[in-house]
Amino acid sequence: MRKEDVPQDDANMLDGKFKVVKYAVNENGDYVVVPSVGWEPENVALEQAWDVVHEHVADARKRVLAGESSTLAYHMEVNMMDPALLSKHVNMPVRVVKKHLHPSEFAALDQTLLQRYADALMITVEELKKLPE
Amino acid sequence: MSVKDIAVPFDHQQSAHCETGVISNLMRFHGLRVSEPMAFGIGSGLFYSHMPFLKMNGIPVTSYRILPGHIFKRFSRNVGVEMKRMSFRDQEEAMRELDKVLDQGLPVGILTSVFYLPYLPKAYRFHFNAHNIVVFGRKGDEYLVSDPVMDGTTTIHRTALVRARFAKGTPNTNGRMYYPVKVPTNADLKQAAAKGLRRVARDMANTPLPMFGSKGIPYLAGKLRKYQEKLGDRRALLYLGNLIRMQEEIGTGGAGFRFMFAAFLQEAATLLDRQELREKAKEMTAIGDQWREFAFEAGRMVKGRSEAGSSFATLADRLDAIGVMEQRFFKDLARTS
Repeated sequence: MRKEDVPQDDANMLDGKFKVVKYAVNENGDYVVVPSVGWEPENVALEQAWDVVHEHVADARKRVLAGESSTLAYHMEVNMMDPALLSKHVNMPVRVVKKHLHPSEFAALDQTLLQRYADALMITVEELKKLPE
Repeated sequence: MSVKDIAVPFDHQQSAHCETGVISNLMRFHGLRVSEPMAFGIGSGLFYSHMPFLKMNGIPVTSYRILPGHIFKRFSRNVGVEMKRMSFRDQEEAMRELDKVLDQGLPVGILTSVFYLPYLPKAYRFHFNAHNIVVFGRKGDEYLVSDPVMDGTTTIHRTALVRARFAKGTPNTNGRMYYPVKVPTNADLKQAAAKGLRRVARDMANTPLPMFGSKGIPYLAGKLRKYQEKLGDRRALLYLGNLIRMQEEIGTGGAGFRFMFAAFLQEAATLLDRQELREKAKEMTAIGDQWREFAFEAGRMVKGRSEAGSSFATLADRLDAIGVMEQRFFKDLARTS
């Protein structure tokens, strides 16, 4: 890739925080580092990955509203976790975490366990018990 | 809690990749000048693997480099750097040890999860637990951070740093930290570069098993041809998008580390006085350009805006062609190195 071909396709993926660097050759054929704000295919692939996350969150919200899942399921998705990863963060078996994704089981949790989930998901117990908005 | 503020005089330089950037920056602090591409080459960082049996978020892992952490290990071995490496079960102990080393005036390499680094752009914060940063000081509850992929230094609150150091997943970060205890300032970089080069050439050309080394590329091509019929449109496109991200997202310097490797070959040509490596660098650049073409076409498909005639089959053809080029390239390099 030539220096002048380093793409500058800004999709605001970097929040304007900084530019990344790419390696490219200059007019003498020597490699140099060139700042870049992004490249279209990269942006597209990132957007695609985020679409999946957002779909999971939206699905979880629907399930909570339909009474099929506990709010824990929603906040787990917001944190981009699955039961396996969440179970590691709260140091409980996966099957127990899965059980707590059901509204009735979740409603029976004591303050200690609620706090453990809240800590892992970086929210308060109050927030954990409801959907935002 | 720690008591006094400290700022180790640390010269931060931006790099494309976190691990090689940390190596380059830490070595410079200890009086050994190695560029990022040189660190990448000496550490034999370049590789290729496609592992359908190993999935992350339900998508098979494709990698253009060796395992995280191994570039540093190989670099240290080839240059004769002695590293102190630690991991912890206890969070407070992990922070105490970090404070202790900072108090000795030393910058410290830290393994983190990008999901828990608030200073990074939101769009990049997935659960990726192999991000390397350097912590070089402390001011109150804020730690001074040199994150190699950023253009300047930044800070992170103690609480956030603890979280990032103790992320769970693949792998658990376990509070891992490391710092050089002995760096030879008169290191024989020539020998180290020659060694690193040989290892990459050999591994890319000769690793057995179809999914590793340059023949892993046609192996993926074969899989790619069947993606649509096996996975359906949606999953096939997700797999494809993941390939683009692994190849191009923050950290590779473009074309799945191929350009960074070409930059290494160029530096090695001068260092080892082997002009033929400059030609090899040109060849590797051309291969990298083909990887970019692949990502470009793949990106259009993911976006649903592909040109007429573009399909998983034409993408697989591109990969097959790249596979042939890389196999020839590394066989030749293995023979002459």
